[in-house]
Amino acid sequence: MPAPPDLPPRFSAWFATRGWSPRPHQLELLATVRGGRSALLVAPTGAGKTLAGFLPSLVELSERQGSKDGSKGGKAKGLHTLYVSPLKALAVDIARNLDAPIEGMQLPVTVETRTGDTPAHKRARQIQRPPDILLTTPEQLSLLLAHREAEAFFAGLKTIVLDELHALVTSKRGDLLSLALARVRRLAPEARAIGLSATVREPDELRKYLVSQNPPPSAGEGGPRFSEGRERGAPLPDNAEPAPYPPAPQAPSPAEGRGIPVAPMAELVVVKGGAKPDLHMLEVNRTLPLAGHTAWHSMPAIYDLIRAHRMVLVFVNTRLQAEYTFQELWRLNEDTLPIALHHGSLDATQRRRVEAAMAAGQLRAIVCTATLDLGIDWGDVDLVVNLGAPKGASRIMQRIGRANHRMDEPSKAYLVPGNRFEMLECRAALDAVEEAAQDTPDARLGAPDVLAQHVLGMACADAFDPLELYDEVVSAAPYATLSWEDFEAVVDYVATGGYALRAYERFAKILRGPDGKWRVRDARVAQQYRMNIGTIVESTHIKVRMARSLRSKPGTVLPKGGRTLGEIEEDFAETLTVGDTFLFAGEVLRFEGLAEDECLVTRAGPGTDPAIPSYAGSKFPLSTFLAARVRAIIADPFEWDRLPRQLADYLAQQRRHSVLPGERDLLVETFARAGRHYLNAFPFEGRLAHQTLGMLLTRRLERARLRPLGFAANDYGIAIWCTKDLSERAALSPGFMEALFDEDMLGDDLEAWLDESAMMKRTFRQCAVIAGLIERRFPGQKKTGRQVTISTDLIYDVLRRHQPDHLLLRAARQDAATGLLDVTRLGMMLRRIRGRITHKALDRVSPLSVSVMLEIGRERVYGEGADEILAEAEAELLQEALG
Amino acid sequence: MALGQRLEKTVKGTDLALAGEALSLDRTGALWLPEHRTLVVSDLHLEKGSSFAARSGQFLPPYDTRETLACLHEVIQRLDPACVVALGDSFHDARGPERMEPGDRAMIAALQEGRDWVWIAGNHDAAVSEGVGGRYCETVSLGGLTLRHEPLAGAEAGEIAGHLHPCGKVTMRGRSVRRRCFVGDGHRLVMPAFGAYTGGLNVRDAAFEPLFPKGFTAYLLGDGRVFAIGRTMLGKD
Repeated sequence: MPAPPDLPPRFSAWFATRGWSPRPHQLELLATVRGGRSALLVAPTGAGKTLAGFLPSLVELSERQGSKDGSKGGKAKGLHTLYVSPLKALAVDIARNLDAPIEGMQLPVTVETRTGDTPAHKRARQIQRPPDILLTTPEQLSLLLAHREAEAFFAGLKTIVLDELHALVTSKRGDLLSLALARVRRLAPEARAIGLSATVREPDELRKYLVSQNPPPSAGEGGPRFSEGRERGAPLPDNAEPAPYPPAPQAPSPAEGRGIPVAPMAELVVVKGGAKPDLHMLEVNRTLPLAGHTAWHSMPAIYDLIRAHRMVLVFVNTRLQAEYTFQELWRLNEDTLPIALHHGSLDATQRRRVEAAMAAGQLRAIVCTATLDLGIDWGDVDLVVNLGAPKGASRIMQRIGRANHRMDEPSKAYLVPGNRFEMLECRAALDAVEEAAQDTPDARLGAPDVLAQHVLGMACADAFDPLELYDEVVSAAPYATLSWEDFEAVVDYVATGGYALRAYERFAKILRGPDGKWRVRDARVAQQYRMNIGTIVESTHIKVRMARSLRSKPGTVLPKGGRTLGEIEEDFAETLTVGDTFLFAGEVLRFEGLAEDECLVTRAGPGTDPAIPSYAGSKFPLSTFLAARVRAIIADPFEWDRLPRQLADYLAQQRRHSVLPGERDLLVETFARAGRHYLNAFPFEGRLAHQTLGMLLTRRLERARLRPLGFAANDYGIAIWCTKDLSERAALSPGFMEALFDEDMLGDDLEAWLDESAMMKRTFRQCAVIAGLIERRFPGQKKTGRQVTISTDLIYDVLRRHQPDHLLLRAARQDAATGLLDVTRLGMMLRRIRGRITHKALDRVSPLSVSVMLEIGRERVYGEGADEILAEAEAELLQEALG
Repeated sequence: MALGQRLEKTVKGTDLALAGEALSLDRTGALWLPEHRTLVVSDLHLEKGSSFAARSGQFLPPYDTRETLACLHEVIQRLDPACVVALGDSFHDARGPERMEPGDRAMIAALQEGRDWVWIAGNHDAAVSEGVGGRYCETVSLGGLTLRHEPLAGAEAGEIAGHLHPCGKVTMRGRSVRRRCFVGDGHRLVMPAFGAYTGGLNVRDAAFEPLFPKGFTAYLLGDGRVFAIGRTMLGKD
């Protein structure tokens, strides 16, 4: 550990005028970075993380000025520090915050932002005359690196600061940023990377992310390309033979065998302590329901909390829950307290208004979704309420941190369970926070579709030598185990689509010259790259607009009219029929129809109940970590003392009527009810994995001629109902349950289902957009009458039949493993329960089963295939014909 | 479900009469004229995938032609027509035949073997190049039927056309199903597009109004069979 140096006098003086003294971590980071090393700063919120991150740059820039006065310089001023934030708004906010030290110390330092909103002339000027410090986003960084002037622009870069790194690295944006960082390292070999992160489970993953995993031999590190792979992805201890799914992630590395044992890592600076949060579960004096997430029973208590505090952030898990909560709080709001709503579907200007009001301290509460999870200090929040299940320990910690941004004072927060199971989750989360345990996800395996986008970008910047680019790419931690063959496949994809049928050679986007280097074909391809940059593929949204109803002709509405309220997913809009009511933007709206690409609505009459639409559940699945804790609590009756009474009673009832599963076991209950035979299982692995399990189990039950009719799933379990008696079958054939839940369902059954899975098609579409196979649709861009675009579903079907190993299908599978299908987690569960299935044949529904049975009817039912729906519609015609 | 099964018995398959001629709507989107032993397919849009590569540098999987031909092969095997009529827009653009893979070209030749084959001119392939076998026509008359690519407003009874790529959408209990379909009113029939990459125009679009002033029935291509759906059950996009 380097000895903390003193701050330059100018800085010490400025700290003193603010009544501050530099914190040890700030000095430690300063010393490390000034020593030429990259570093990860891990700190809780309120620890002055951002200032610490900029301190080395500000000190260096202040000294540079000094040397300039001595006319030592002469070199043109270039970009010194690049700051990358996941949020555009955060970049803007940081620019404002840097004003204080820069003006306070009269530092001759220029700071600018570069985001999607920066006007073209300013962008052009920034390339010619860069500021000292540029604040931007990962996408803008990639665009800069694909610029023809990139080499000159980045040549003098000294520092790159990556803020909220923990939030970035878990997504495809993190993959893109890792590749950008690899390129920055090449253009500016001296640049040091500073990662700023909240507390995470595996800081080493972030430390690797910050530095080259492929240091050049000259660096004296021995020079092998990288250490042995397999320390990333899903590092299962008993993972000797890979599950049939996902396909073996990457071929073994060419450099395998001569690897150094430890991957290169950035230095680590940790801010210890911070006051423990003052965190409680909100207990209300009523019996909680067994399902549902609305927490309606707690609304008066939440309202009382709002009255008793200065400013309260009420976090919820879904947009619909936000709408509901907002409505309910206003129903109770006799004091007409300023309570606002903030979620991602609201119109941007409306969100900005809420943010401004929050910063100005004009609000008493904001009901919000994950949109306010990250970074920005808009106001003096003194209480956080998390409504509904916490879902993950790290997520809840991040949210709690929004209250009180001073690390020495405890943040105050309440967890509000929506049902009895969520009480269990809240208990598990309280324990996790108490122990400061984290459940941030494992490091990612870099996505091939993101790499394809990057490769095209690099060709736009300059001709590239494939070997050199490969070395550069594998220096990025997510891609460290990428094989040369897989890299070649990506280059081939970028050039001509990567098809076995070499149909597009003469249209190639990048061409290989006699010098062996790849060049972009023409300016049009470069333009296409710029238009399609980024890894965030929103599901298509359409605008929600108030329509004016015609008084002269009731029931008809003018196609154009009132203000835009925000946007909703197209998929959701498509399921609406005229007259349907739903909650949006804090109001109950009546759907009046679609006009062009807008969803027209009117205000529903007072007292109308909204038909709350499809996904009532939580958007985030229960984290593996919390799930394990929940299972442990259930399995151990000594733990129940710490649970609310009603929950302990409920578990005791379950033990009386059926059984409580052991910590690693799977409980399966079968029973008959109302002419149906049910099979209910409780893996506690999250809704996504359960849905996949449900699809696969119904296929198997169908093959076993047990005639499954449908299934429903929540975060804790799944219910399947059949025509045939499952208890009887299990009694007749021993080993039936073991066979039913055998891991081999991840083979053919999964493959067959993927053929038709809408989730898989959606995943494929995202990969296709990121990899540039199809172009993005921009908001406002209208669909033409006859679609000239080709639906990605058609492309998926055709590609799957003719080239199932195509790069994009592989990319989609890799995503499905952890994303919407959560196959990896399902595989882990199936391994966990091997030989540990407890089957209970019951004569009636158990208390535990009730919770998942309550989900029935909220979800789409298996068996209700397209043909059933069409047959029913056809029957209507027949009725009409028969009069 | 039980209702659906009963329906199978009451509605006799998907046979229709148009201008006194018997028609059979195939679930693949092909039309079978049993009395003429003629198979009609519309809007194959062969080489649509490669047209994107040529025009805009989008490399869609170049397998649509073989996919479409494989599907056509299956129907031809099943019904053994004496004559096949491709109802226009058989190629996505006039240069489509040039871009076609040799294997696909051979497939077309094999399908043509031993039967009459008619390419009706469409708007995409009005000037189709030679070299893919068969005859070229603007329209074909078969008994009381007239086969042409683009439906004519005020056409004679018995018109069979394509061009519009009709699709129908049914929404029920929060789920919607959108499928290609035939559209008919007993006077004329508009066929669905047969090509693997062909999208669809919703039958509730204004383009269909002048063609079917007195309403229509849409025959949606289900997974197992064709479903007759009344206009009131069909939603807009």
